[in-house]
Amino acid sequence: MFQQARWDEPVIFRLGGKGRRGCNLPGVETEVCSLTGNVADELPKTLKRTKPPNLPELSEVEVVRHFTRLSQMNYGVDLGFYPLGSCTMKYNPKIDDLLAEESGISELHPNQDEGTVQGILEILYTLSRSLAEITGTAEVSLQPSAGAHGELLGALIMRACHKFNGDAEKRTELIVPDSAHGTNPASGTMAGFKIVVVPSNQNGCIDLKALKAAVSERTAGLMLTNPNTLGIFEEDIAEIAETVHNVGGLLYYDGANLNAIMGKVRPGDMGFDIVHINIHKTFGTPHGGGGPGAGPIGVCKELAKFLPVPQIAYDENRKRYFLDYNRPESIGKIRSFYGNVAILVRAYAYISSLGAEGLEEAAEISVLNANYLVKKLKEIRGLELPYAEGRPRKHECVFSAKPMLKETGVRAMDIAKRILDYGMHSPTTYFPLIVEEALMIEPTESVEKEELDRFVDILKKISSEAYSNPDLLKKAPYNAAVTRLDEVKASHPKTMALSWRMYQKRNVIKDAGQ
Amino acid sequence: MPKSHVHPYIPNATLETKHEMMQQIGIKNIDELYADVPEKFRLKRRLNLPKPLSEHEVREHVETLLHKNKRRTDIPTFLGAGCWPHHVPAAVDNIVQRTEFSTSYTPYQPEISQGMLQAMFEYQSIICELTAMDVANSSMYDWASALGEAVRMAVRMNNRTEVVVPKLVHPERYATLQTYVEPLKLQIKSVDYNPETGLLNIENLKRQVSEKTTAVYIENPSYLGFVETQVEEIAEITHDRGALFIAGVDPTSLGVLKPPGEYDADIVVGEGQPLGNHLNFGGPLLGLFACRGQMELIRQMPGRVIGMTTTLSGDKTGFCMALQTREQHIRRERATSNICTNEALCAVASAAYLALLGPRGLRELGEIIMMKTQYAMQELAKIKGVKTPLFKAPHFKEFTVNFDKTGKTVRAINQTLLKRYGIHGGKNISKEFPDLGQTALCCVTEVHSQADLDLLAKALGNVLRKKR
Repeated sequence: MFQQARWDEPVIFRLGGKGRRGCNLPGVETEVCSLTGNVADELPKTLKRTKPPNLPELSEVEVVRHFTRLSQMNYGVDLGFYPLGSCTMKYNPKIDDLLAEESGISELHPNQDEGTVQGILEILYTLSRSLAEITGTAEVSLQPSAGAHGELLGALIMRACHKFNGDAEKRTELIVPDSAHGTNPASGTMAGFKIVVVPSNQNGCIDLKALKAAVSERTAGLMLTNPNTLGIFEEDIAEIAETVHNVGGLLYYDGANLNAIMGKVRPGDMGFDIVHINIHKTFGTPHGGGGPGAGPIGVCKELAKFLPVPQIAYDENRKRYFLDYNRPESIGKIRSFYGNVAILVRAYAYISSLGAEGLEEAAEISVLNANYLVKKLKEIRGLELPYAEGRPRKHECVFSAKPMLKETGVRAMDIAKRILDYGMHSPTTYFPLIVEEALMIEPTESVEKEELDRFVDILKKISSEAYSNPDLLKKAPYNAAVTRLDEVKASHPKTMALSWRMYQKRNVIKDAGQ
Repeated sequence: MPKSHVHPYIPNATLETKHEMMQQIGIKNIDELYADVPEKFRLKRRLNLPKPLSEHEVREHVETLLHKNKRRTDIPTFLGAGCWPHHVPAAVDNIVQRTEFSTSYTPYQPEISQGMLQAMFEYQSIICELTAMDVANSSMYDWASALGEAVRMAVRMNNRTEVVVPKLVHPERYATLQTYVEPLKLQIKSVDYNPETGLLNIENLKRQVSEKTTAVYIENPSYLGFVETQVEEIAEITHDRGALFIAGVDPTSLGVLKPPGEYDADIVVGEGQPLGNHLNFGGPLLGLFACRGQMELIRQMPGRVIGMTTTLSGDKTGFCMALQTREQHIRRERATSNICTNEALCAVASAAYLALLGPRGLRELGEIIMMKTQYAMQELAKIKGVKTPLFKAPHFKEFTVNFDKTGKTVRAINQTLLKRYGIHGGKNISKEFPDLGQTALCCVTEVHSQADLDLLAKALGNVLRKKR
């Protein structure tokens, strides 16, 4: 059976020894020293650091071993199946990493003269055009650092557009379905909108009647994921778009689920005005344990003028790529410089490798894999597939463990924890909110059939464990680096330790095992 | 249509496997799975993209493009302005290239993600030590967006309507702040600087800060490299009016400069890129975000925070995400921020970097940077017509070089430097701050040798001696 590494690795502050160090810095030449003296010593008292920071003191080998041990207590796509729904944990091609780490990117300063960075500008420009083609939009900004950052930018562009039309004071409401990602309402609020939630119908799709009742002259727009978070395609999309556009609202596409439809149908063609793309989901860039990602947005022609500065552009006459700041209606900037370039380059390499046919095949196989799992998992005792019986899913499916909970007391979270014991990552749990005891499963195209079968077998085994020995599951996992954690303790004001100094001050956590 | 090409990233694309799976599902064609996509929207052609390349071709193609770029190592470069060249230890690169880290997602299942969680906790802890604050989050996108979030947090705390910033703030940070606070209809007020020293004009600050002020923000070192020494006074004026004090820092300065926690900052933001992350043409960067330990502040913090805990059985220490009820996936429209994906791996790089440097290394780094910066200023000041720095104050890493008396523009000077000498001069800030005339912002760090600095001085001397 699977057993994750258990290093009992101490917090880094407990390692090392006084006077050790892990890095030598280039020295200061004698002549420079004698000409300047130690300038830092002459800093005024008001701004001089007198007490050195309490950083650990370690040799290089200790640092490397510490983090290598930690890495062994971390599960990644390279170790196995990672069906975390809505996160599209597909394979991260090694060639993409290798290229992104080249000094032709890593040693480029963003303020360099344009003539010295034509290569990277060409890559970024071409990528933006490819993304525009894939999403069916007119122009793409690569600036947002992540999907949610793209959502914020998209919502701000909605706002800028209504302001431009003299409508901003009136259009204060942003509509999101109850099945939406949490980032949608959060981004809308940050952009100054009031969030109006519309319910889903019995098919898990937007309730058209409710939508029609919700739209008005106050509607700024609708944020929609299609296929939605249940993995179901919003087949009424034409009517949805018309409903929103008819009242003067804009249609925003949450690109979290774009992987399912690449080359099949494009958000722009469905009527979406603004589209964000999660580069780390759809285009195979590593998620880095939480980031960095990249969240470009594409917009229709009418909205292009609001995109942040600079846009990466091509001057036909001079045959040169350049940074275009001359965009008077631009919303300005949402971060420094141009975007997460080292991530975007990986996406460029990924698209170069797959081409149009490869992207379409990735979409098809991701959908085939998800529907294969639907078929197999439906047979498992205690699980049910709510909403839209008989309709195909796209890239993901959401099962409910409600029957199992009722019959055995075992919850979706217990199933998720038990999956870890078998050496796989668990699906997303308790999302979307409209499914009780939700297990949201997204296999992606990067998994072989045998691994899918193993996943099905594991869930079968877990189901029989639930019905024979439910207590076993309630204490899972057993084989991960640690057993089930007390997450309440981590957030309770009396026991909270959010930093080493806070921990030392309070010293309330029993310092077990270290 | 059957395809003969099986892509190496898509294992189930073989005809046999596809057929077997389709048969099990009960379909004859994968298109049946797209039957609910309205006919009129379906793309009836292939996407118009370049034809797929083999791995060898991808490599050649991308490398050919990358070779068109001139790297910092090809042309001595004196650019900083928010993205700084530093030595990245090989051990740091090696650690973040471990794919157990890099190919993992946000640690939603903590038991199987302890490695990343502990690394993030250590990053947060190290940032706290560096800044002398109690709590740090596990990263924001960059300094600019961290500033935007910090001001929004201040507004959540005190519901006031104005924010006060220095006139000489980084223009990109200012622009980002504008974008972030525009929906709040917050007014941004700028404080004058002392033309001699560049430091905040305290009298002007006093006039601008009022009961309407949500926060006062300073940068230290400033965008133009000088160090703001009046921090205690600024903190006092800010707190007297009940506003929050936000300090923005370049963390590489904190081995020598007083940490903001020691001059009463309530929130600290900054740029973590120089701590073990490469230039990467300006991204990814790493937004630092820390605050004091009061619960009311912590509850309003944006972003993910990792906490220490124990197993339910209580016999072992572990780590998990804490205070998730502030975050978008739980709190939705009432979340403190929409941020989800952040810059986790860059934060791991920074934790490893600071662990390698230790307190002595960090102090040394600050000393080296200040000496080399000072040397560069001394050498450039010898050139006729050049005034550097513009302000009489200690400088860290960056400094202004004014060319008004040479009769030449920064643009022209930089072009000649690049074309004739293969040197990339400082950033042209003449348009950003017209009051400062023809001025460049130069950056010097530990990676610049005396020879590099002499080369710049010599080339600049030659360029300026020539009539045209």
